[in-house]
Amino acid sequence: MYALVDANSFYASCEQVFRPELRDQPVVVLSNNDGCIVARSRAAKALKIPDLQPYFKIKPFLAKHQVHVFSSNYELYADLSSRVVSVLEEFAPQLEVYSIDESFLCFDGLSVDWRAYGLQIKQRIWRDVRMPVCVGMGQTKTLAKLANHIAKKSAKLKGVCVLHAGNNWDAVFKKLPVETIWGVGRRLAKRLNRLHIYSVYDLKVANAKHIRHQFGVTLERTVAELNGERCVNIDTQPSNKKQIYSTRSFGQKVQQLSDLQQAISQYASTAAVKLRKQNSVVKTIVVFIQTSRFIDDAYSNTITIALPHATNDTRTIIAAAKQGVSRLYRPGLAYAKAGIGLVEIDDATSVQLNFFSQYQSTKSLKLMEVVDKLNCQQKQVFFASSGINPFWRMRRQLKSPSYTTDIQEIPMIKIS
Amino acid sequence: MKVTILEVIKNSQTIDIPLYSSSVQAGFPSPADDYIEAKIDLNKHIIKRPAATFFARANGSSMMQIGILDGDLMVVDRSVKPEQGAVVIALIDGEMTCKILDKHRKRLLSANDQFPPIAIADEAELFIEGVVTHSLRYHYVRIS
Repeated sequence: MYALVDANSFYASCEQVFRPELRDQPVVVLSNNDGCIVARSRAAKALKIPDLQPYFKIKPFLAKHQVHVFSSNYELYADLSSRVVSVLEEFAPQLEVYSIDESFLCFDGLSVDWRAYGLQIKQRIWRDVRMPVCVGMGQTKTLAKLANHIAKKSAKLKGVCVLHAGNNWDAVFKKLPVETIWGVGRRLAKRLNRLHIYSVYDLKVANAKHIRHQFGVTLERTVAELNGERCVNIDTQPSNKKQIYSTRSFGQKVQQLSDLQQAISQYASTAAVKLRKQNSVVKTIVVFIQTSRFIDDAYSNTITIALPHATNDTRTIIAAAKQGVSRLYRPGLAYAKAGIGLVEIDDATSVQLNFFSQYQSTKSLKLMEVVDKLNCQQKQVFFASSGINPFWRMRRQLKSPSYTTDIQEIPMIKIS
Repeated sequence: MKVTILEVIKNSQTIDIPLYSSSVQAGFPSPADDYIEAKIDLNKHIIKRPAATFFARANGSSMMQIGILDGDLMVVDRSVKPEQGAVVIALIDGEMTCKILDKHRKRLLSANDQFPPIAIADEAELFIEGVVTHSLRYHYVRIS
C-alpha cells in the first residue's frame, strides 16, 4: 500500500501554527516580492479569493474582509516541512519527499486497518506540528495521489481516503475529470478528450496499447497504475538535478550594471552551493536579464557560456556570470529580473579522474569545502561581489517571524 | 534550582562537552583515553521529540512562583500528554498563555497570587498547545 500525505494550504497553515487565533481566520500568503497570492486558508477560500491573484489588485478587497496577509516565510515553511517529514518517518519504512508539502509513504510488509492508520497519521501530524493534512492511500502512487485528491474534496471522509484494492471505485472514477490524474495536465487532457476520454474511469479502461501508440509509454504506465499495477516506484533517494537555476525578481528595479552584477553574483553563489551539495560540477551556464514585460521598450536576453573547465568553484562561476551580464546589459533600462542556470552538469567523481582535477586545483576544492562548512554553521562567509544587504533583495514586508529557526524571533507568550 | 545554558539553543546544533579529556604526549598513552566516548548533549536531554518541540519566550510574571520569570526561555513539547499539574501552553481566547493545568477542578492556575484561576470547558485538551517541559534562564548577565 502507498500513501500520499499532503498538507492543506501548506503556506497558509504554517502561518497559523504559532498564531492559533488565526486558525479559523482568512489568511493568504504572497509570492516573492509580494507579487501575488500563492496560498489561501480555508476561510480565505470561502471568501472566494482567487488563487494567483496579483496582490495590488486585490488589496482593497482583502482589507475590507480583514484578511491576514503574509509574505513568504521560507525559513518557517522549510522547518515545518521537515518536522512533518520526521513525524511521517515513524509511520512507514520508506518515504519519498515529493515536494515541500507532499510525501509518498510506502507500507510494504505492513498489514493494518488502513483507514484507521491514515487517521492516526493525520492526527499525529496535527498533535506534533499543528499542520492539517490529507492522506490518500492506494495500491500505486497514482492511486494514492488520486485518493488524496478525493480526501481533499469530500468533507465526510475526514481527510483520509483509502482506495482499497478489492473494492470497485468505478462510480467515483466516472465523476472525476481525467486531468485529476497525476501527470495528466490540461493539454494532455484536451487531447484525451478528443478521443472521448473524459473521466478517470475512461482512462482506466482505455486500451493500453492504443494509449502507448498515441501518447507514449508514460501514459501507458499511468493506465496500468490506475488498474492497481505498480509501475512507478518510491524514490527514497532523489536523483541529482540535471540543471540548477537561481533566478529572482528584484525588490526594486535595477538600472546599474554593477547592481545587476551584484545580484547575479549572489544567485551564482546560491546555485554553486546546490551544485556542490549534490557533488556535481558544471560545464555550461546560462545567464539572463529582463525588464518588465509590460513596458514599451521591454527587453530580455539570454547568453550561454561555456566555462573554461568543469568546476564547482563559486569564483569561476561568478566570474563567468558577471561577464555574461555585461554582455547582455543595455544602459538606460530598468531591469526587473535576472537569473543564472547551471545547465550542463556532471557528476564530480566521474570527471575527477580524467581532466577535472587537472583544472580545478585541490586548493580550490578545499576552499569551497571550508566555505560551505562555515556557512553551514551560520558563520556567513560570502563572496564580496554579492554585496551586503543590497536594495534589490527580495521584498518581504509582511513576513512573520522565523519562529523556529532564529532565537531572536521565537514566539513570545504573554503570562500576565 | 535550574541550570541554564542559552548558547546551546542559539546554535541549534550539538554542543559536545567532553566528560573526560587529557592532552596526549607522545610515548605514554593516557589511561583515560579509552573512556572518552560519552559526551553530554544537552539538546538530547531537553528535547525528546524535536519535531514536536518549540521554544518560546515568557513575557510576564504570572508564573513566577514556580520559577518561570519574565524573559525566560520555555521548551514546549506538543507530544507530551498534559497531566494533572502540568505546566502547559494553553489557549485563552485563541491566544497562547502559560498556566498550570488543574484537570480535577477544570481550571487553569497561575503561579502568582495576583492572578485568579480560570475555569475551562470539558474538552480541556483542545485548548492546550503543548506542555512546558523546561524553562531556561541566563544568569551570567542579568537582564530584567
